[in-house]
Amino acid sequence: MSVEPALLAGEKAAPPPKPGLLGRLARDGGIIFGGVVILFMILLGLAAPWLGTKSPSEINPSFRNRVPGIEQTIRNDEGTTRTFTYRMGTDSLGRDIYSRVVYGARVSLIIGITVAVISIAIGLFIGLIAGYIRWVDAIVMRLMDGLMAIPAILLAIALVSLFRSGLTSVIVAIIVPEIPRVVRLVRSIVLSVREEPYVEAAICAGTPTHLLLFRHILPNTIPALIVQGTFICANAILLEAILSFLGIGIPPETPTWGNIMAEGRGLFRIYPHNIFFPGICLALTVLAVNVLGDGLRDRLDPKLARRM
Amino acid sequence: MATDAKPVLDVQGLTVRLPAGADRLNAVENVSFAVAPGEIVCVVGESGSGKSVTAHAVMGLLPPGQLTATAGRVLLEGEDLLLKSPAEMRRIRGDRISMIFQEPMTALNPVMKVGDQIAEVLDIHTRLGERERRARVLDVMQSVHLPEPERMIDVYPHQLSGGQRQRIMIAAALVLDPVLLIADEPTTALDVTTQAQILKLIKELRERRNTGVLFITHDFGVVAEIAHRVVVMQHGRVVEQGRTEDVLRRPRDDYTRMLIRSVPSLSPPAREPITAAPIVLQTNDLNKTYVSGGFFAKRREIKAVKDVNLQVRRGETLGVVGESGSGKSTVARCIARLIEPTDGAILIEGADVAKLGARALRPHRKRVQIVFQDPYRSLNPRRTVGAAITEGPVNFGMVEKEAVERARQLMRLVGLDADALSRFPHQFSGGQRQRICIARALAMEPEILVADEPVSALDVSVQAQVLELIDDVRKRFNLAVLFITHDLRVAAQVCDRIAVMHKGEVVEEGSTAAVFAAPKHAYTRALFDSAPGKNFEFGKFEV
Repeated sequence: MSVEPALLAGEKAAPPPKPGLLGRLARDGGIIFGGVVILFMILLGLAAPWLGTKSPSEINPSFRNRVPGIEQTIRNDEGTTRTFTYRMGTDSLGRDIYSRVVYGARVSLIIGITVAVISIAIGLFIGLIAGYIRWVDAIVMRLMDGLMAIPAILLAIALVSLFRSGLTSVIVAIIVPEIPRVVRLVRSIVLSVREEPYVEAAICAGTPTHLLLFRHILPNTIPALIVQGTFICANAILLEAILSFLGIGIPPETPTWGNIMAEGRGLFRIYPHNIFFPGICLALTVLAVNVLGDGLRDRLDPKLARRM
Repeated sequence: MATDAKPVLDVQGLTVRLPAGADRLNAVENVSFAVAPGEIVCVVGESGSGKSVTAHAVMGLLPPGQLTATAGRVLLEGEDLLLKSPAEMRRIRGDRISMIFQEPMTALNPVMKVGDQIAEVLDIHTRLGERERRARVLDVMQSVHLPEPERMIDVYPHQLSGGQRQRIMIAAALVLDPVLLIADEPTTALDVTTQAQILKLIKELRERRNTGVLFITHDFGVVAEIAHRVVVMQHGRVVEQGRTEDVLRRPRDDYTRMLIRSVPSLSPPAREPITAAPIVLQTNDLNKTYVSGGFFAKRREIKAVKDVNLQVRRGETLGVVGESGSGKSTVARCIARLIEPTDGAILIEGADVAKLGARALRPHRKRVQIVFQDPYRSLNPRRTVGAAITEGPVNFGMVEKEAVERARQLMRLVGLDADALSRFPHQFSGGQRQRICIARALAMEPEILVADEPVSALDVSVQAQVLELIDDVRKRFNLAVLFITHDLRVAAQVCDRIAVMHKGEVVEEGSTAAVFAAPKHAYTRALFDSAPGKNFEFGKFEV
């Protein structure tokens, strides 16, 4: 061969290096806003005991349904006094709403993140297999179609009522209706990627199926799954609040945003703060997660952005 | 043709700036040429030469904000188009200049009847009544030789063939009798027989209507077929221009010479027939039928491959030649066992692999390796080149270190730097990637190499080098090569024997020299007649 191999005539040189992934992400306003709000909520949940809160389940019968900002003088056994300010008022049992909202962030975030991670893990596994093995596909996808035919909230209510209510059963109840959506997404990506010549070349090279899936196909699903994960997370936080609001989610003594709102439902006209503060937190968190997801979608997977 | 007439299009010193951070400053630089009425000027160059940018600049279709014309003039009948406002350009486009594109599939709106798409141009630029408009559309459809225009005016694009769609595009472009027609690779996506018809049509139309044609192409066969004058571009500059005869026969520039010399000749070189070597690959009545439909849809059968019998001997290259949809790629994929044939036998050194299951097939996998058409999709973008080449041998139990050593040798063998193993595919050009794919195939020490259009996506100068490499490894490893191609020129150069496929069947088979000298089947003859530039011997320069 007479031509200098490193640079063949008439061919394009490699494009100049692009800025790093983090650099690209930091340029998106949505990602910054969403990230900051979520980070704030996580810190809020983690640092709850040190943020001027008292026990979220402490009942104070003499101090019920008070407006935000009211102060109470508490006398200790030693005879000294201190004042405690109810920044968001108290509910109909005299519990501090501020403390309950701050502690409630824990449950919401735990549910959002666990549901997203677990449903994506399960959905990814099923989706990879369904997308690659035809006979599994036929069976699994009919099952998934069946699951998708039932509204998520109904399915969740049915599942919660099967078990004793509690954090775990709520998480399971939200994961189950989310799985089919992940499976469909993963399967569609697998179906298109398995036609790529580099996958066929790997088949010719005798790559065993599990390695083929893991090495050549799975990495293609990651960007879409990160994006889908944020939407599942937001959806799960909302669904938990709905279940708690309906009184079938987390037991009422545990503070969750949904529980606090359920609690305040009866006296909403007179004491709106009971619903207002947890409602604001819920709306802000869900908005932040969705905006983050939108930003990630645009940055990580431009093709997906055009499709959705 | 009146060459001394006032030119319709006169491009003078056109320079288009690329956005910051690109690999060069200007997409096109100081480009000047002219198109006279009734003249076909071909702008020819490889990918990245700036030929399409030139066409888009003339059309006023440069993507705003990314590419801007910074110098020069584009004179259409004396008026500088670069000074026109977007509204003025809109009036000029479609009326006085029009353009046809490469992909007739995507250039037409799939949910609009083709007649309406032609009429749309009339709607925008004229005030014709319903009846008059329909008459004009029928008239122009007639002139591009669409059969039964009365019926065809009311069909949707998906009901038409590729060639018919391109005719609709041309009809829409010509309905207002523009003075200039810009054709950007209009036949590249078409089969060779369709291409010949479209080229004939363009020639005929410019004669009849005296339209100037600016024709963008990468194919010197097409240039020889239709161009009056040629503009050769490289890296955004015009390296040579002149009358077609002069440029093709007496090129002055080294790059032009290199390009023309790279065009494979249609006359096959003399080859020793291989008769003594053992048969490595044989197919007996190979069939592949695709069945679509299911529970609800109607069952439909498509016979992609019908009773194909092929034989390849050790050290021999068998070319499978055909147009799109002829089933040639399906044959290749059956032999590589990427799909299971419906019927028939595939004998690899006597062992039938046609019906083996995944497990039983595994030992045979090594023996057949495949190189694909698209070098940009044949390598996993997330894995290094080294990982790609060593994957196969490691799968079959080779120690990692030994596999890497083998990969280094193979990289040198295919003409690449052995240290490049740790790089990722996007750091290589198309031709280099195709070399890597060949190295990956060779790493398995196969007996049969299936090359499925391995050079179709490459520029002509790179094409010649990759073909040379494939021939080189065939000799070196005594491989049986099954070479799938639609390009007769390529087939003529590399194949010992060729099999011509048409609608899933092998219609003719024989030694390359014999088939090219005296094609027997009517379809083979039609294929050969359609080859662009068939009467022109490229690379025989006069001094």
